[in-house]
Amino acid sequence: MTYQPLNLGRWILWGTTALVFIAAPQVFSSSFALTMMTQMGTMIIFALSYNMLLGQGGMLSFGHAVYSGLGAYITVHALNLVGKGALSIALPLLPLIGGLAGLAFGVLFGYVTTRRAGTTFALISLGVGEMVFACVLMFPGFFGGEAGVSTNRVVGQPFLGISFGPAIQVYYLVAAWCLACMAAMFALTQTPLGRMANAVRDNPERAEFVGYNTQHVRFLQLVLSSFFAGVSGALSCVNFEIVSSENVSAIRSGGVLLATFIGGVPFFFGPIVGAVVYIFFVVALSGFTKAWLLYLGLFFLMMVLYAPGGIASLILMQLPVIRARRFGELAWPYCLAAVAALVAMCGLIGIVEMVYRLSDVSGGTQMNLAGLGFDARSAPPWIAFGALLGAGLAALRYTTRLVDACWDAIQTDLLAKQP
Amino acid sequence: MKDQPGRAGAPAIELREVYKSFGSTKIIQGVSLAIANGERHAIIGPNGAGKSTLYNLISGRFPVTSGTVLLNGEDITGLKPFEINRKGLSRSFQVTNIFHNMTVYENIRCGVLWSLGYRYSFWHRVNGLREVQRRAQEVMERIGLEKRRNVHAGVLTYAEQRALEIGVTIAGGAGAILLDEPTAGMSRSETARAVELVRSVTEGKTLIMVEHDMGVVFDLADRISVLVYGEIIATGKPEEIRANPAVQEAYLGALHKEAASA
Repeated sequence: MTYQPLNLGRWILWGTTALVFIAAPQVFSSSFALTMMTQMGTMIIFALSYNMLLGQGGMLSFGHAVYSGLGAYITVHALNLVGKGALSIALPLLPLIGGLAGLAFGVLFGYVTTRRAGTTFALISLGVGEMVFACVLMFPGFFGGEAGVSTNRVVGQPFLGISFGPAIQVYYLVAAWCLACMAAMFALTQTPLGRMANAVRDNPERAEFVGYNTQHVRFLQLVLSSFFAGVSGALSCVNFEIVSSENVSAIRSGGVLLATFIGGVPFFFGPIVGAVVYIFFVVALSGFTKAWLLYLGLFFLMMVLYAPGGIASLILMQLPVIRARRFGELAWPYCLAAVAALVAMCGLIGIVEMVYRLSDVSGGTQMNLAGLGFDARSAPPWIAFGALLGAGLAALRYTTRLVDACWDAIQTDLLAKQP
Repeated sequence: MKDQPGRAGAPAIELREVYKSFGSTKIIQGVSLAIANGERHAIIGPNGAGKSTLYNLISGRFPVTSGTVLLNGEDITGLKPFEINRKGLSRSFQVTNIFHNMTVYENIRCGVLWSLGYRYSFWHRVNGLREVQRRAQEVMERIGLEKRRNVHAGVLTYAEQRALEIGVTIAGGAGAILLDEPTAGMSRSETARAVELVRSVTEGKTLIMVEHDMGVVFDLADRISVLVYGEIIATGKPEEIRANPAVQEAYLGALHKEAASA
């Protein structure tokens, strides 16, 4: 076996990704969409860096926001120094400072957390997260207390007309860093350290008996991961122009775990999908309903129960079927199941929204859902939505059996054809 | 291969008065043993004699309670498994212990990377390392799995997994190899093939093997030690061991007891 030529498919994939990044603001040009896409970019970096721990190294961390958050704090102070003229560094390079800060804290805390794997690692990471959060509130001089530290990203003279004032310029800054970080993190999976991180995840004992100190492997993996977390923190600082205790909070740490898991831990691109979906929930859905967190939680629950490999695994499962030109057979059962799921969802949403409306009656109990006006205190909407939910769930039970039967038949055929 | 530090002419592996207790249970009770460079040495004994524990002590999986373990004359007592591995001692496991989610090639590569100096590198592209590919290819050919290169270890047959276990063990080029029951659970023909495999991959190396199959032991070993209840009751050439009345009494007696209790 000699040198393998670079995979053409891989180049096409990366090229398409870059094109999507460039073209997205042309397609979705509203300022709302732009804000959302900028946040997606930073979240993609954050989730990918998290998956360097969870997916590649088998480390379930409950405190990853520590590295992005502290990276963001260092960046906000650096940016303020630049604003005062005390420091000279171009804005596009600031994420490097955030990354190095994240890396430095990774060295500091990782030395403690990575001494053990498994549950112990998870618990220590939780402890470190809580400790850092407490410290942030204890030293308001540096961290700005509850209010946080604010800044102004427009510093110095515009270069070639780029001042990074307009949101679109920030978007492209984030997009460029996101693409570079994606490529770098993918490259890291292809190195001796990246492969040994997988080995340590799967069988730490054997890794020790082929010469590897598993603690060092975990430590280095975490330090590199914190660099990228720091970059993402710096970018969010540039985007929002404020950094507060929320940036290092357990909510952030939990959020990145949610996003990564929803996307798919076993696959490199999983967290990218997860970050996009997660930000959609957080930014778009939170504008429509107060119950967005509940919906996100339910979605997460469904994924953990029925698709532990995340959205990525659901997509990849279809590939062999498509390659065998058998996807057509699945289309009809899929459509039926989707309709059933939609009906159940409508019923569920109706009930959840009515509950939320009744939890705060100061605005009255009259409500409007998708153009339908009704009173949340009256019986008919409860009956209607309850019926929708019941019928949807019943139909879902039936249709998923159809999908399963069809799926099994195809799998049996495909297996039989294998040599 | 790097020069191993230590005295010239020292035994490859030496145990001096090694004791191991778990709580109040004494498992290894004063084992002293010297194995010369290039020797193939078998350890036999009834179940529960402490053979696997002895391996775990030599390879650093468990700390010794007292005593000294030397590798090429250098004290390795109390070192971590990875430190001992780096000094040139590699072991296999009785229960197959490989990376099940990785392919055959990736498994072997894990065994190769450290010894070729790539260690924790995150600046080399692992697929571009020709030296690593060459070594892994060589090992795969020696263990007869080159045709199964891209198959996941978890779906290999049992005999193939055992061969891979040996492959991962020898991949780093260690001078001292510890094999824990390499033919356990194999059929006659598989055993014969495994013996040839062990013979060829340990050519010019020091080998200690734990084995239950007496045919394999007398076929492969230069010398044999008999371990009974944590003590070595005899060490010698196969014919000496076969003729030793103490061995016959203690070992066969223990075997009878085992049969009676089973």
